[in-house]
Amino acid sequence: MPDLLIELFSEEIPARMQSKAANDLKKLVTGGLVDAGLTYESAACFSTPRRLCLTLSGLTQESPTLSEERRGPKVGAPDKAIEGFLRGAGVARADLVEREEKKGSFYFATVVTPGRSADVIISEVLEKTIRTFPWPKSMRWGSSPLRWVRPLHRILCILTDETETRIVPVDVEGIQASDKTEGHRFMGPGVFSVTSFENYESQLKTRHVVLSADERAATIWHDATNMAFAAGLEVVEDPGLLKEVAGLVEWPVVLMGDIDETFLGLPPEVLQTSMKEHQKFFSLRNPKTGRIEKFITVANVETKDQGATILAGNQKVLFARLSDAKFFWENDLRVAKTDGLSAWTARLSNVTFHRELGSQSARIARISALASDIATMTGAVPELAQQAAEVAKADLSSEMVYEFPELQGLMGRYYAEAAGLPGEVANACEEHYSPLGPSDDVPTAPVSATVALADKLDTLAGFWAIDEKPTGSKDPYALRRAALGVIRLILENKFVLPLNAAFGKAAEIVGPRGKDTTLANVGELREFFHDRLKVFLKDEGIRHDVIDACIAMDGNDNLTSLVARARALNDVLSTEDGENLVQGFKRANNILTQAEEQDGVEYSFGADPKFAEDETEKALFAALDKADQKIQPAMSSEDFPTAMEAMAELREPIDAFFKAVQVNSENQILRRNRLNLLSRIRSTCNQIAELKHLDG
Amino acid sequence: MLDAADTKTTTPRSFQEIILRLQTYWAEQGCAVLQPYDMEVGAGTFHPATTLRSLGSQAWAAAYVQPSRRPTDGRYGENPNRLQHYYQYQVIIKPSPPNLQELYLGSLKAIGIDMDMHDIRFVEDDWESPTLGAWGLGWEVWCDGMEVSQFTYFQQVGGHDCSPVSGELTYGLERLAIYILGCDHVMDMPYNDPQTPIPLTYGDVFKQTEEEYSRWNFDVADTDVLLRHFEEAETECARILDHPAEDPKTGKRIIMVHPAYDQCIKASHVFNLLDARGVISVTERQAYIGRVRALAKKCADAFVLTGAGGYRDAE
Repeated sequence: MPDLLIELFSEEIPARMQSKAANDLKKLVTGGLVDAGLTYESAACFSTPRRLCLTLSGLTQESPTLSEERRGPKVGAPDKAIEGFLRGAGVARADLVEREEKKGSFYFATVVTPGRSADVIISEVLEKTIRTFPWPKSMRWGSSPLRWVRPLHRILCILTDETETRIVPVDVEGIQASDKTEGHRFMGPGVFSVTSFENYESQLKTRHVVLSADERAATIWHDATNMAFAAGLEVVEDPGLLKEVAGLVEWPVVLMGDIDETFLGLPPEVLQTSMKEHQKFFSLRNPKTGRIEKFITVANVETKDQGATILAGNQKVLFARLSDAKFFWENDLRVAKTDGLSAWTARLSNVTFHRELGSQSARIARISALASDIATMTGAVPELAQQAAEVAKADLSSEMVYEFPELQGLMGRYYAEAAGLPGEVANACEEHYSPLGPSDDVPTAPVSATVALADKLDTLAGFWAIDEKPTGSKDPYALRRAALGVIRLILENKFVLPLNAAFGKAAEIVGPRGKDTTLANVGELREFFHDRLKVFLKDEGIRHDVIDACIAMDGNDNLTSLVARARALNDVLSTEDGENLVQGFKRANNILTQAEEQDGVEYSFGADPKFAEDETEKALFAALDKADQKIQPAMSSEDFPTAMEAMAELREPIDAFFKAVQVNSENQILRRNRLNLLSRIRSTCNQIAELKHLDG
Repeated sequence: MLDAADTKTTTPRSFQEIILRLQTYWAEQGCAVLQPYDMEVGAGTFHPATTLRSLGSQAWAAAYVQPSRRPTDGRYGENPNRLQHYYQYQVIIKPSPPNLQELYLGSLKAIGIDMDMHDIRFVEDDWESPTLGAWGLGWEVWCDGMEVSQFTYFQQVGGHDCSPVSGELTYGLERLAIYILGCDHVMDMPYNDPQTPIPLTYGDVFKQTEEEYSRWNFDVADTDVLLRHFEEAETECARILDHPAEDPKTGKRIIMVHPAYDQCIKASHVFNLLDARGVISVTERQAYIGRVRALAKKCADAFVLTGAGGYRDAE
């Protein structure tokens, strides 16, 4: 069975598109071949800056012949109908057979689709793949109507078996398939023929092309870490950059260079960002000082001077780039030191945040007002929180952030320090954007956390007020992320910050917008939060129904308490006592609810132990008294696990009680007392969560 | 065509020698060597030989130096390679030939870049000019990590699909020359041959002008006057194109695309000056760019109705 080798050779493919393109080539070609009836044993795909490659082994020679019977018109149908059927099926009248069926006698034709050779199928499938390839962005060139990511020059398409290698004929807009390709642009010029995948891969290597991107990345990382180690430094890890750089070279040559002394005073993040964004350099850090002291660049050629010219060139470019960064840094520092950050915030009135929500400075004013308001609940000094909120976004106007938007916040910290602002304020400039994702750290400094909260609450209240809520997969303003941020800020800092009050305050500050005169939907926003909370807690392994049971309690807008309850309940439910307690509770609750409905009264007058007849009944009274002594202090100090534990201890006496005692006794006094006892069980067990919402 | 191997690979000795070699090389490849356009532009692409000639079906091959101005890039002549006035070398060939990359590499060799010693890379860079309503796909070409050229296959200009597609090469001449001549600072670069009786550096020619223009661009240019110029150019561009094609005096069909396009260029440069003066807010910025683009689009629409734009009279 033959092996298939395809290579599409073009001008340089953008690094970020290569690996997906190789996989798409594999998916589309193998999919097409299988649909056409061929099978294969294994497939692999590769990419370099100039080529996509697919190799299939053990491909079948041809597709199987298919035979299919089709039912035609009734026997005796008009000739026209029969002729139509014959045309459609591609058979002659003599080939028809008649057969009796339930509904009468019909003509049948057997349509045979002969198998086709792999060559013909590959040719069709490859042409279609090339013409419909899903590039994120494609282009035309010259006068050709063909589209490809960059001009396509060659199609290599061969089938190889034990006896021969043959070219599969493919012709796409004048580009004809051959068995030829090219090596490295500079180190392996010229065209050569290949006979199989192994032959292809090894000939490429002798012509200085490493076919596998993983192999190129491994080489780069290996050489880079070795060189860094020898210089007493470490490479700043960056898997994204590594992948990109592996897609920029066919023959990686790793070189280590120096950063001019003039620039070592720049913040390390600035050095790192500038080198990465502009030059695709890796940063080398001194583990002792944390400073970035050297860089690694990856060239695509070996030279007689071992890369000395290349390195000198790269250093020169870096010098110019960092001169620019230094220009921005010094200008910004001058502004920060002489005029303070307010010089920048003033400019933000020209920058629109959102058409209906006003400028960035209007937004900052709202966040400051809110930060100062909630500071009482987060333990921050209100004046500091307000001051921090006023300058936290000032760096958006700085030259450095204009050049490197990803440095927002961080530059704010440096500039706030330069302006002589308090440390808490400088920290907040950097930290108030956090947490950005589920794994991002949550700020714990009170001022930072307060501004972070105010920022997110303002965003949520604002977008709710103009009715721009997330729908389905659409969340253009990242409101889910903002809500999750609020949840984590509150929980991890154990803030007692009732959401209703916070939303109300934020909404009041946002004020009337559009058709909505007030934020009438604070409740809706709280529900949105509860949904986010469920997603968040599910990841922690907390059951859905546990959260529901806790949300059903009063004070459910106090997230810290809500989650503490949920955790305590969830823990207890994983024990046998806990699970049985719930069963006991439900039994008590059912009997009680039925009786209350039937009698039209509420049994909450307090059961009296003097009417207890049975030993188990007496024991239950005693157990409840004992539990109460533990539960009350635990609840008032919000020690939910202890309270929950005490409740779980009731499991045995409750079980024993139900086993021995008939609640609905003929004796009305006993019955009433027992129902009141059940009521006591219910109120005792319902202090943490409404247990009736639990499943099972 | 010239075989790349035949070109001399000696290192040029001056900025002007690099330009002369590029002129010779591209002339040998069959390009019409044009002269700079006589207006202030931000890049060589603005020259009508590129913007307008990349439209329509007519074949075209041209190469030229274009002085370019980017007021916001002014650094008073202090930055080693950032200037508010600099030179671009521009090559435009329609339809793009299949060996354009090789031709380009041949030009690098012609100006003394030895491929065995340097690292040449084609790094993705999708080119877009919001003011021209134009975009294309291609690369920035890196030599040892330095961007030395922009290589673009034009897909759309002035909102029109390019068919056939033009290949455009843009060389940042100062940066390229600093590198080839081994200078650390643009102002130290020899402008003419250092062996001549009166050797001049780039700084001798341009240091003072960079200072003057940086100061004027950033702090002195009269923004009220500039704002008025912008409006005037915009009005004039539209007014020119509103004239009927038939010239009452000669009876000929004369669509005045180039005079109208001059006004578009003017508006674009005035906008750049206003930007450097810092009087355009982020929100206004988009609106100004949109206004220039509207002019470029009008000119493109008009150009494809002219002979050079591939238009054929019914007669």
